[in-house]
Amino acid sequence: MGTTSEKNWEPKIVAFLCNWCSYAGADLAGVSRFQYPPNIRIIRLPCSGRVSANMILDALRSGADGVLVSGCHPGDCHYISGNLFARRRFALLNNLLEFVGIEPGRVNFSWVSASEGEQFAEVVKEVTDKVKKLGPSTRLVKRIG
Amino acid sequence: MSTVNEKITEKIRSEAQRLLSTGEVAAFIGYEAGSLPMSVRPFVARKQEDASRLVWNSFCVLNLANYLPALLKSFEPPRRPGDPPPEGPLPKVGILATGCWSRNIVVQIKENQVDRDRVVIVGVPSRGMVSARKVKEAVGERDIQTCIEEDHSLKICGEGFEQELNRWDVVRDNCKTCVHPDPVIYDILIGDPAGERQVQDRFAQVDEIEHKSLEERWNWFADSFSSCVRCYACRNACPLCYCPTCFVDDSRPQWVGKSTEQTDTMLFHILRAYHCAGRCTDCGSCESVCPVGIPMRLLTKKLNKDVLEMYGSEAGMSLDEPLPLTTYNPADPQGFVLTEKSEKGGDR
Repeated sequence: MGTTSEKNWEPKIVAFLCNWCSYAGADLAGVSRFQYPPNIRIIRLPCSGRVSANMILDALRSGADGVLVSGCHPGDCHYISGNLFARRRFALLNNLLEFVGIEPGRVNFSWVSASEGEQFAEVVKEVTDKVKKLGPSTRLVKRIG
Repeated sequence: MSTVNEKITEKIRSEAQRLLSTGEVAAFIGYEAGSLPMSVRPFVARKQEDASRLVWNSFCVLNLANYLPALLKSFEPPRRPGDPPPEGPLPKVGILATGCWSRNIVVQIKENQVDRDRVVIVGVPSRGMVSARKVKEAVGERDIQTCIEEDHSLKICGEGFEQELNRWDVVRDNCKTCVHPDPVIYDILIGDPAGERQVQDRFAQVDEIEHKSLEERWNWFADSFSSCVRCYACRNACPLCYCPTCFVDDSRPQWVGKSTEQTDTMLFHILRAYHCAGRCTDCGSCESVCPVGIPMRLLTKKLNKDVLEMYGSEAGMSLDEPLPLTTYNPADPQGFVLTEKSEKGGDR
């Protein structure tokens, strides 16, 4: 996925956003015309609790240079506690990926509420900057042929 | 003068004999002697005469809890989804359990795979199981014909050699760092409880890898897992793996490719370990059955360490405490979350 010729390389980042907060936050960022890098590809999910390790790893395997998972702030989950269950799972996955040598910053987690359009833009900038510094993803990418 | 293991074998046989002859259990899960030195075979005794085939020694490395859910199910009348649960008491199953196996049974009970009322747990405090791989290395990979076990030593004989090994030197790494050798639940206890073991640094193997640089960790992961042949012995030996369809067998979506290509193998091992998060008791079955000696236990050990450090919980230590990933605490650590670190905007 993507071109690796150094100068023109732009990272591709898969963003898993929860329907109720972060997706609405992304919408607000757009409606409010906050600029953010166009590197993210948004996938809307019902809740951050729906995000499984399979999805994150599948994104990396398919050649995504970065992954962003974003949900409601703790305490604000539409389903009361989906993000709190998810938080435990993300913490363990994040540590495990670092343990096996995946660069910190490839997989990112954030909380963005529906009213935080500006903050959403900030998060995307931060993630894009990080992934740009890391360069194209090579680990856990499945190359065919 | 009989050894500790011979005494335990004796007691296991008499308990199994009693349970089967009184009809208290319909089957008893234990071990019988294997056909090769240093091997035992999981064995389900169904008649009281079978009880005399049961054995106990230092090579009982497979976790017997693995066979429990399916065996219990085999005694239930067949029913389709939606049918009411069968009426009346169902046959019971007896099982041997050391510290880690009993904790796996606790996990299975909490996950509704096992009904506590249908199991008779015969607890055996573990003295640590021996790694056949370590023994083979210790005798220089020569052909081993017999292995005679004493309490603290192993006498290994083969063509043209005879060697005596210290038992503790060849005990598996997970047993050496085990702190809970006694069964946490049991109906009958064989032998004396060993008590909590004091271990200097139980996560030393994990720490060693954590202290490496990112590049070194990646190289370690790539090197040590590259010989995987995807036989799934680690999955099949694991008492936590009872899903009707495993993620590796899923084809739509296919989360993990089926080849032995590096990425496929790595994803398999990451996900396999991750599925055991908060449930693994470090019984070491996976590593013991691996035909190529992959240290996959280190991944689950790392998760065990994190779960203990972040959520203060160890798998299967009590029936009341929920499994760590089926619960939460509002104050769980979340330093890894971007918006918590950057403190940009927002009122949090």
